Amino acid sequence: MAQRPVPLAPGLPRWPGAIAAWLVLVLTLGTLCIVALRAGTGQWLGPADWAAVRFTVLQAAASSAVSVLVAIPVARALARRRFRGRSLLVTLMGAPFILPVIVAVLGLLAVFGRGGLLNGALSAIGLTEVSIYGFHGVVLAHVFFNLPLAVRLILQGWLSIPAERFRLAATLDLPPGRFLEWPMLRAVVPGIALAIFLICLTSFAVALILGGGPRATTVELAIYQALRFDFDLAGAARLAVLQFGICAIAAILAWTVTLPQAQGGGLDRVVQRWDGGRWSVVRDGAVLVAAACFLLLPLAMVVTRGLSGLADLPISIWPAALRSVLVAVLSTILCLGLALTLAMRWGGALAGLASTLPLAASGLVIGTGLFLIVHPLMNPARLALVVTALVNATMALPFAYRSIAPELARVEGDYGRLADSLGLRGWARLRWLIFPRLRRPIGFAAGLSAALSMGDLGVITLFATGGQETLPLAMYRLMGAYRMDAAAGVALVLLALSLLAFWLCDRGGRVDD
Amino acid sequence: MKLHLTHVAGLFLSASIAQAQQDPVLTIYTYDSFVTEWGPGPVVEAAFEATCACDLQFVGHGDGAALLARLQLEGARTDADIVLGLDTNLTAAAADTGLFAPHGLMPALDLPIAWDDATFLPYDWGYFAFVSDVTVPAPATFEALAQSDLSIVIQDPRSSTPGLGLVLWVKEAYGDRAPEIWEALADNIVTVTPGWSEAYGLFLEGEADAVLSYTTSPAYHLIAEGDGSKTSWTFEEGHYMQIEVAGVLQSSDVPDLARSFMAFMVSPGFQDEIAMTNWMYPAVTPESGLPGGFETLAVPGSALLLSGPAAREIRDEAITEWRNALSR
Repeated sequence: MAQRPVPLAPGLPRWPGAIAAWLVLVLTLGTLCIVALRAGTGQWLGPADWAAVRFTVLQAAASSAVSVLVAIPVARALARRRFRGRSLLVTLMGAPFILPVIVAVLGLLAVFGRGGLLNGALSAIGLTEVSIYGFHGVVLAHVFFNLPLAVRLILQGWLSIPAERFRLAATLDLPPGRFLEWPMLRAVVPGIALAIFLICLTSFAVALILGGGPRATTVELAIYQALRFDFDLAGAARLAVLQFGICAIAAILAWTVTLPQAQGGGLDRVVQRWDGGRWSVVRDGAVLVAAACFLLLPLAMVVTRGLSGLADLPISIWPAALRSVLVAVLSTILCLGLALTLAMRWGGALAGLASTLPLAASGLVIGTGLFLIVHPLMNPARLALVVTALVNATMALPFAYRSIAPELARVEGDYGRLADSLGLRGWARLRWLIFPRLRRPIGFAAGLSAALSMGDLGVITLFATGGQETLPLAMYRLMGAYRMDAAAGVALVLLALSLLAFWLCDRGGRVDD
Repeated sequence: MKLHLTHVAGLFLSASIAQAQQDPVLTIYTYDSFVTEWGPGPVVEAAFEATCACDLQFVGHGDGAALLARLQLEGARTDADIVLGLDTNLTAAAADTGLFAPHGLMPALDLPIAWDDATFLPYDWGYFAFVSDVTVPAPATFEALAQSDLSIVIQDPRSSTPGLGLVLWVKEAYGDRAPEIWEALADNIVTVTPGWSEAYGLFLEGEADAVLSYTTSPAYHLIAEGDGSKTSWTFEEGHYMQIEVAGVLQSSDVPDLARSFMAFMVSPGFQDEIAMTNWMYPAVTPESGLPGGFETLAVPGSALLLSGPAAREIRDEAITEWRNALSR
């Protein structure tokens, strides 16, 4: 990655990118400062906090490594095979990433839990049952959540290798793995691993529930405790700074191993592969079946549970669903705006920072900081949905940016000089060169941010009052009122809406299959 | 986008209409489950508004702890006139904020203990207990539970009020032996969840034999679902209580209205509804008695409770013991 902004899309103003970057910095670091300022001074971190840091980093590193290692063969299988239902599989496999945590956890437990399918099968054939609770359970759940993201992002890398390269490699009898795929992986994998590491860094409900007890305390749980139980703003701010510190170290590590990639453009032919024989078809098939089972079985359990709850759905969830959709639409527009303007500053320190910080930010700290800013001025409830959309857009930005920015840089690298010589500048360049070639990543980014926003239960809890609940909030309130069946029904509606939003956007962006 | 702008405009509009109304507004912060359509909120609102010529607005904020955190964030600028839903483990911290005014009432209450707090007034109460299927052999003490193969799921005392209640329960029952009890219980604990809902959900999914909840939880299944298969374990050590209270804020712009709500809160209009909507014992037993089904519930031999200040005093120590014992 270059050290200073590369001028992309000449003729377009660069200030929107700067505004976007500063907005994100204010939302992440600014809110942290506000919380810290409100707090007095307190003692530095105790031994319990350091234990939390150790566990947090270990589980995030393990989860990230396993997710990426498993994702590579799955993405390769998807990249080189064409089969009926492939695009449906790709969409469905994305579902775990966008599910509300508790829904996904209940789905996972229905398969891997004490009374789940796996243990049912094991005891039926006389084997000892396995327990999901513990460090391995945390990693399993995080892989379940993040494997789809890793697969999609790596798959994009694969699909961005032009068909001509494979043809050339085959002609020259060169192994495509070493000369095409390995350089591509070197370029995309560190960024993806970093993103997943950071997502897992800020996890707390999954880690606590599947970790089986206070051993599995993460920094985010400590922040939650400080804010909600002790009202220790200083403690929360210290922990949030620590979380940013870990993020910075991880980001520097990831950047040092990333290699930029420049290999020239192609003509958008369908990729044909000449390597591998029947054995590789079998291997790809096995990989896909295993991944599909792992990701889809828990989802199937969520659906089964939800179907019986549909009859119990209260009427009030439909306005909540509408509210969720509105927030998702607004959030998607904001997120794409931020990601595109930042992508124009690809390689710049400001863009790099702004597109990474939200991953390390604690949703609770952002929410609290915003609350402290807004509350003296007006009733925060009036801004609930707008603030929620803005924060959701920021949280989805790292994924949207990682999907769009490298593609934009590549398009400019491959076609920039041609466009320059044609005098294609400003909006015309966007209209005729960039947008058409960015359809796939833009569609994916839009789908992801819409779906993530739909399932989010973060900042809304601080801002919303009774009449403003979104679908995830409605689900939690049902659970809190013993209505587990109705809650399962809401979870199903949520799953369907999120998938639909993702599918609509993603479909719009995919032109070749 | 256009749709959303109208929506935002609508939000602003509805707020200004509310301000233009003649009736004084009484704003009550409470926890989420109180305001759901099955919770006590809607019934209580209708009943009080019929008598007060006012507009009662319940605002839901997470659980009891979140409620207090919210109040501390807002400080004296808060819109709330009353906070309803703190429990006795939180009242000391709540009183320390200096945001609350005395309620000035001395109603006769049907609590297992005497109540003389001038700031906070109880509206319902319950006993913490492990809830399980009737088919599961019930242990009679924490020690018996620890020696058994039974599995339980509990809540984290650092993020959940029932979780904190359990830790104080063990501490109050066993004192200095509490760490030893937790170490013995470690292999019975399937997992620890951030809140009550997740734990109860896991229990209903069959992940554990029992879940930390209330002695009144089986009443929900019996009365609302016609399912008599749930029961609670009665422990010989006695059961820690949760007493849910409300308090009037000093900064309220309608203090008289707020006090009249507090009086209403311990009257039949409120109390008769609480058992079947909040699934707890009312602070004042209705004249007609408790709803049918409540007589089937287990009643502990003795009630344990730390006073507000005592609970706050011992909280950190008890949580550290819990954490150390379960982290091994």
